[in-house]
Amino acid sequence: MKKSILSKTTAAALGAFLLIAALPGCSGGGAVNTSGNTASADASNPTPAGAAKEPAAAPKSVSITNVSYDPTRELYERYNKLFQEYWLKEKGQEVEITQSHGGSGKQARSVIEGNEADVVTLALEGDVDEIRKAGLIDEGWVKRLDKESAPYTSTIVFLVRKGNPKNIKDWDDIVKSGIEVITPDPKSSGGARWNFLAAWAFSNQQNGGDEEKNKEFMKALYSNVTVLDSGARGSTTTFVENGQGDVLLAWENEAFLSQKEHPGDFEIVTPSLSILAQPSVAVVDANVKKHGTEEVATAYLQYLYSDEAQRLEGQNDYRPSNPDILKEFGDTFDLNIKLVNIDDDFGGWEAATEKFFADGAIFDQIYKR
Amino acid sequence: MSGLKAPFRRRGNNVIPGFGLSMGVTLTMLSLIVLIPLASVLLVLRDYSFAEFWRVVADKQTLATYRISLSCAGIAACVNVVFGVLLAWVITRYKFPGRRILDGLIELPFALPTAVAGIALTTLYSDKGWIGSLFDKIGVKISYTTKGITIAMIFIGIPFVVRSIQPVLEKLDPQYEEAAAVLGAGRAETFFRVVLPELLPAALTGFALAFARSVGEYGSVVFIAGNIPYKTQITPLIIMNKLEQFNYPAATSIALVMIVFSFLVLFGINLLQSKINKIARGS
Repeated sequence: MKKSILSKTTAAALGAFLLIAALPGCSGGGAVNTSGNTASADASNPTPAGAAKEPAAAPKSVSITNVSYDPTRELYERYNKLFQEYWLKEKGQEVEITQSHGGSGKQARSVIEGNEADVVTLALEGDVDEIRKAGLIDEGWVKRLDKESAPYTSTIVFLVRKGNPKNIKDWDDIVKSGIEVITPDPKSSGGARWNFLAAWAFSNQQNGGDEEKNKEFMKALYSNVTVLDSGARGSTTTFVENGQGDVLLAWENEAFLSQKEHPGDFEIVTPSLSILAQPSVAVVDANVKKHGTEEVATAYLQYLYSDEAQRLEGQNDYRPSNPDILKEFGDTFDLNIKLVNIDDDFGGWEAATEKFFADGAIFDQIYKR
Repeated sequence: MSGLKAPFRRRGNNVIPGFGLSMGVTLTMLSLIVLIPLASVLLVLRDYSFAEFWRVVADKQTLATYRISLSCAGIAACVNVVFGVLLAWVITRYKFPGRRILDGLIELPFALPTAVAGIALTTLYSDKGWIGSLFDKIGVKISYTTKGITIAMIFIGIPFVVRSIQPVLEKLDPQYEEAAAVLGAGRAETFFRVVLPELLPAALTGFALAFARSVGEYGSVVFIAGNIPYKTQITPLIIMNKLEQFNYPAATSIALVMIVFSFLVLFGINLLQSKINKIARGS
């Protein structure tokens, strides 16, 4: 009698522990990691002779905060090291970089609500622009850096299971009945909006601009969506770890990352047409003025355009904005894909948001009953 | 009881003095942590007309989320009351090895970050997961359906019920049950007519707490819900969506409706409880 109770309780306890053990690599929003350790370097490192001679000697170390979105985690981990070396060589100054990741919209909101980011590197121009509207970033920020402040770009591709069992080649394959699609919710995810717009652009091309037919196409697409996660990483987890769906609409870099983490399990399918996704970067003017970090923050973003950094971005599966370096990655990326872009084909983010994603706009109409 | 009925009559004969100070601290804390944040909810809405407010809170999609959130939370709270009573009973009435561990495990849902719980449950109950694949064989999908939402809500609600009932059970003298047995009551009769009435107020508190918590729960539910509008979208998610779109007044409007719902439920349960207490005291 006693023995059976004992085994039952142990089983119950074991079950609970297994529950914890079963956790996959959790990538909850807003994780923060700090790279660089200036405190110990300061203690062991007397002022460099060169720096001491300068009249207004810059402080030996400076720290900045980069508020970014989900899939850039791996990229900035590596870029920060590169920049730290560069800045040390250039200015003799240590930089400590605090990194924060989460859904792009959520991250923008945290900056507006007082997260003192020195730079933001977000998924959507619109999210950065919300920070401008709150008065923290100066007008005209898009033109301050090259290429509309988008040092790297990406696009939307399909991730399918090994061997492509449902034979998915292009957008019109994924609206067929019986195909299960995984994509995040455009209401809450920047990546999801790119997915939506890419599909719309394809339909628009097929249907010669007939809006009603486009809506039907989107309706068919979203009725195939079985899980609408709130962020891009969530969708990747649902597709990759939890085995849901036949096709994941994903950032190209996320798709490559999933493939690298699970070699042989997935294939990337590049559709005939997709969208040029331009994640935007900007210095948060109000905060750098307060922290006195204007120079280093600006350099941090400008250095993203340097050849070394562009190559690093390519290695992390972002498309470098420098066309010459992009060509070096011709084996990785399908450079023949036709890419529409937000400004020319959708009239910019503000117009696109209004038309597609505002309350009661096309995305809501698709689900309307 | 004396005839004095002044509401703030100080108890001069209290052993520990300091009513003024402790009341002041209490009110300050309550204001800072509960009342002012709640009032600020209303402040966000000051520029919002009633028509706008109504359009947001009575939107078809939003209405569907209320239905999903409330029904799942209701079912979860009912399940929790039944299993919570059982669990509390087992823990307080029987001595067995590992009892303390079991007792501690009940608090795990409090301690575990809700997102972690959500991800773990989703993985286990998805049609490819250990538990979910068993159910999938009989054609039942759990993750990404309202069943999944309910399971996540059961998970986060269970400690509220157990911890409400446990102290009452501990104080409940087994002699009552013995007396009932001696007087000829069967086991079922003893439970339903002697033990259960004693537990009812605590069970109701547990129900109310678990329900209120489940309705508002975001972190764990959002992973296991498929978030499909009209099907598996919960109200807290739609609030988050409005925030993601920087639409603070709309988010606040729906939040206000949630606050009213929760208030009504808690109020109703308190009312019921005081009735039961009156019956129990025989007055």
